[in-house]
Amino acid sequence: MLDRAPSDVTSKDDATRRVRFRGAGFVPASSRFGGWIALALVIAIWQAAGSAGLVNALFLPTPSAIARALYELAISGALWQHLSASLLRIGVGWILGTAAGVAVGFAIGLSRLARSVGITFISALFPIPKIALLPLLILWLGIGEEPKIATIALGVFFSTAISVYSGVDAVPRNLIRMAQSFNVPFATIVRKVIWPGALPAILAGFRITASVALLLVVSAEMIGAQYGIGAFVLQAGNLMQTDQLLAGVVILSVFGLAIGKIIGWLETRLLHWR
Amino acid sequence: MDLIASHITHRFGDLAVLDDVSFTVGAGEVVAIVGPSGCGKSTLLSILGGLLQPTSGAPELRGAPPADSLNPLTFVFQDFALLPWATVEENVEFPLLHNQLSAAQRRALVEDALRRTGLTDFRKTYPKQLSGGMRQRVGISRALAVRPAILLMDEPLSALDSQTRELLMEDFVRLLADGGMGAVYVTHNLEEAARLADRIVVLSRRPGRIREVVTVPMTRAARGEAAAREKLLALQNQIWSLIRNEAIDAEREVQHA
Repeated sequence: MLDRAPSDVTSKDDATRRVRFRGAGFVPASSRFGGWIALALVIAIWQAAGSAGLVNALFLPTPSAIARALYELAISGALWQHLSASLLRIGVGWILGTAAGVAVGFAIGLSRLARSVGITFISALFPIPKIALLPLLILWLGIGEEPKIATIALGVFFSTAISVYSGVDAVPRNLIRMAQSFNVPFATIVRKVIWPGALPAILAGFRITASVALLLVVSAEMIGAQYGIGAFVLQAGNLMQTDQLLAGVVILSVFGLAIGKIIGWLETRLLHWR
Repeated sequence: MDLIASHITHRFGDLAVLDDVSFTVGAGEVVAIVGPSGCGKSTLLSILGGLLQPTSGAPELRGAPPADSLNPLTFVFQDFALLPWATVEENVEFPLLHNQLSAAQRRALVEDALRRTGLTDFRKTYPKQLSGGMRQRVGISRALAVRPAILLMDEPLSALDSQTRELLMEDFVRLLADGGMGAVYVTHNLEEAARLADRIVVLSRRPGRIREVVTVPMTRAARGEAAAREKLLALQNQIWSLIRNEAIDAEREVQHA
């Protein structure tokens, strides 16, 4: 009887009304082309404003002028000269810093002694802006490539070590206990349980260290280098060649994007199980 | 091979968890451990399996394990403890990798374990693609692959829904039917204990002491019959009456913590 209303009585309360939907929002989904359309729109407005003389070309050259500067840099071979110098520094510095950071991070994650000593040192040294050490490194290592590479390696090392030991700490303890319950040897637990378990954090750390390396290479090249994107950007700024300066910035942006894509590809390949 | 809990006492700092617990699990015997929440059931199992050092007393083994056993004491975990980056097949193979087995021997053991748990068609599947029940089947399959003498099961069904629990319980009954493998089965579910165990060790509230050891007076095969249901229910009620008041106290203690 409860679900049947008397048919001969109609009142305002008997009228049905829909339950208002309240679950909308909080699930942002990016459209596939939205970002590109927005970017194209900004460039178009920028170009139009520059062409119409609304913006002084000395302060903000048009996108077409930047593209022309890029093209001329590529044709003259200067682009490759600067780019290869930066790539070499970033590549060697990042690999050295990452190798050391992974080794130290794992040691801190797995050994009580390494943890006690390592965390203290890392906590004390991590906050130092590594570029501040460049003059000291020049004194120690000379004025060649070594101090620039060492600056990048130092910057990468600390972030990598932190992300690696955080990743090792985050490996579910129940998986380690499971492996121990099957008498799996220590080295196999590290290789088959801890390494894959820590990999998401390690790859996330790579994204950060790639940005750190890019930042440091530009800074180091601005302080003491003849070639390199940082040196090129600084020279262009000094000569008020803003189209070339922004061409250098575009190269840095593309470089950062490329690194992001490579790490994204690595994540897709190595973390497909997530 | 017998597993003996010999005067096991354990403390976590100032907290006394287990107090002088002793019992023996005979070869092929299934012993369930029940008791109020926080009475140290899982701690006891970790100690028995060598994953936790007791404050005093010790777990001991008597007799030789079966010749083909690669890991005589093998855990089945409540949360399955599967490697999420490994397929079903790789998870089952994982405990065999460090043993001196040829690839063919390993493959044969994995095949057999997958077949016994009905996972043959899911060998290339990743854990995240499986339901809770299927994940626990992988955990059981992995345990069977090493030919255990005694399974140490820590509330293996508690994370599962009731239908899946029922199906897996039938699997356990089938796997333990021939008496070739014993088990220590920690549970808070008295029905599971009565369905599966030969003996039920009832622990008191923390610190857990053995309050009573109840023998289930019928074979596992007979427990599936309709006539056995009343007897099993009576047994459950008997055990519940032993722990009810302490379970209430334990619950209040947890709520006030």
